[in-house]
Amino acid sequence: MDPIAFLLEPLQYGFLTRALLVTLAAAVVASVLSCWLILMGWSLMGDAVSHAVLPGVALAYIVGVPFSIGAFIFGAGAVALIGAVKSTTRLKSDTVIGVVFTALFAVGLAIISRTPSQVDLMHILFGNVLGVTDGELWQVLILGALTLVIVLVKRRDLTLLAFDRTHAHVIGLNTKALGALLLGLLALSVVVGLQAVGIILVVAMLITPGATAFLLTRSFDRMLILAVLITTTAAVSGIYASYYLDISTGAAVVLAQALAFSVAYIAAPRTGLIAQLRQRRRRAGSPARQAV
Amino acid sequence: MILTTGEQPAIAVEGLGVHYGDVTALHSVSFTIDRAQICGLIGVNGSGKSTLFKCLMGLVTAQQGTLSLFGRTSTAARKGKLVAYVPQAEDVDWDFPVSVADVVMMGRYAHMGPLRHPSRTDRAAVAEALERVGLIELRNRQIGELSGGQKKRAFVARGIAQDARLLLLDEPFAGVDKGSEATLVELLRELKNEGRTVLVSTHDLAGLPRLCDRAILLHQRILAEGTPENVLTHANLARAFGPAGTLDSAAAPTRAGA
Repeated sequence: MDPIAFLLEPLQYGFLTRALLVTLAAAVVASVLSCWLILMGWSLMGDAVSHAVLPGVALAYIVGVPFSIGAFIFGAGAVALIGAVKSTTRLKSDTVIGVVFTALFAVGLAIISRTPSQVDLMHILFGNVLGVTDGELWQVLILGALTLVIVLVKRRDLTLLAFDRTHAHVIGLNTKALGALLLGLLALSVVVGLQAVGIILVVAMLITPGATAFLLTRSFDRMLILAVLITTTAAVSGIYASYYLDISTGAAVVLAQALAFSVAYIAAPRTGLIAQLRQRRRRAGSPARQAV
Repeated sequence: MILTTGEQPAIAVEGLGVHYGDVTALHSVSFTIDRAQICGLIGVNGSGKSTLFKCLMGLVTAQQGTLSLFGRTSTAARKGKLVAYVPQAEDVDWDFPVSVADVVMMGRYAHMGPLRHPSRTDRAAVAEALERVGLIELRNRQIGELSGGQKKRAFVARGIAQDARLLLLDEPFAGVDKGSEATLVELLRELKNEGRTVLVSTHDLAGLPRLCDRAILLHQRILAEGTPENVLTHANLARAFGPAGTLDSAAAPTRAGA
């Protein structure tokens, strides 16, 4: 097949164009946020928020309000609950996160099991990007744009928060508010992403692009750009792979991201496996080399 | 630039008490540090040094006593950009993707608008600070690619760019070789000479007389304070570091953060 036809064929279907748009929007938003999340050490928090939105999404469908409202309320609620329990016990934060998000996830499963006809559990868990309605597309695009704007406006403060929270505090910034803002943005990007790949895999979009870009550069600005480029490429190739190979769209997108991560892990300049081997060999060859 | 306006001391602490549950971190701690002085804060791990630093930075609120920085509350001093902090090496993520210049620029954030977009003044202040600490050539290096002493100077440069009047340094000589230590001491003396106040928490008793005008020996309460020579007596050190606490054994690096 000639390449142009190859690229254009899936786009004749409106549902595939919508799928591509939703996946791209979700992937870009999540990849930008992932750069801060992995530097804050909040990957598990991303996992927690994404699972905790299940009851919110289920209730939203039952009540008949946009899914994003229910998801955001429960995502933010989970974050608040984790913070409240953490600050009033001596438990470590990963323990508290684990208890809270599994409990909320179970609440969601319980709600869905009582109302099987209204909500398709599989669609929430694994995404239903090929069945996205125009209304859902708009929710994703508006929330995605909102998240991106807030992140980009506050990006320097968020980077400072991630790098040196004490300094941020000492120069008079409100670190609690900044932390809460980042968690709110995390909840928003989960809402944006769950339509595309579902709540199980959305965490991949919130971790993998940032992690891949981190392996490739030592500059934060370049890391942001790389994360967006990587995730965009992965989203587009995932959608096409899913069309031509007839595999689950969410799985294809996440697999494409994992593939990009593997390539960076093996072949990244300086930090990749190959570079490490080379350095070791070179060091063995010239033992007098001094570290500067 | 005149930094020594006004009469209030840089740090005035009166009857400070901090307790974590049943554990007393600080008990009835009172001292003042005048402006344009370098003061060493000496004590074993768990002696309350970190807690005292946290009180000064407004990260911990004392249950008893009062604290003022340049005659202001610690919150007002922070809003006034008066305080800078140089963290312990182990509290910094050295793999973080920021350059040396990025780190120093963070000292300017409090001077910038809400978008933290650097102005020409901000860029000039960063370049000047980097020049002063001798890191201008290395400004584009990732922060972890510096040596131990250079890392410390990068963070001191951040305080200079901030134009802070009080610099708090947490264990600045840990992991720093002797040559870099001398450079750092010289830099801190220069900052003092232009009217800034420096509080250094340290294990490095041997270097103390060269660096400090004053020393405070802490062990939940203040055991001794005065000139380094008067504070670092064997009797005092034995009280602070235990019976085996000679100068040599006390100066040996201890595992921090406990």
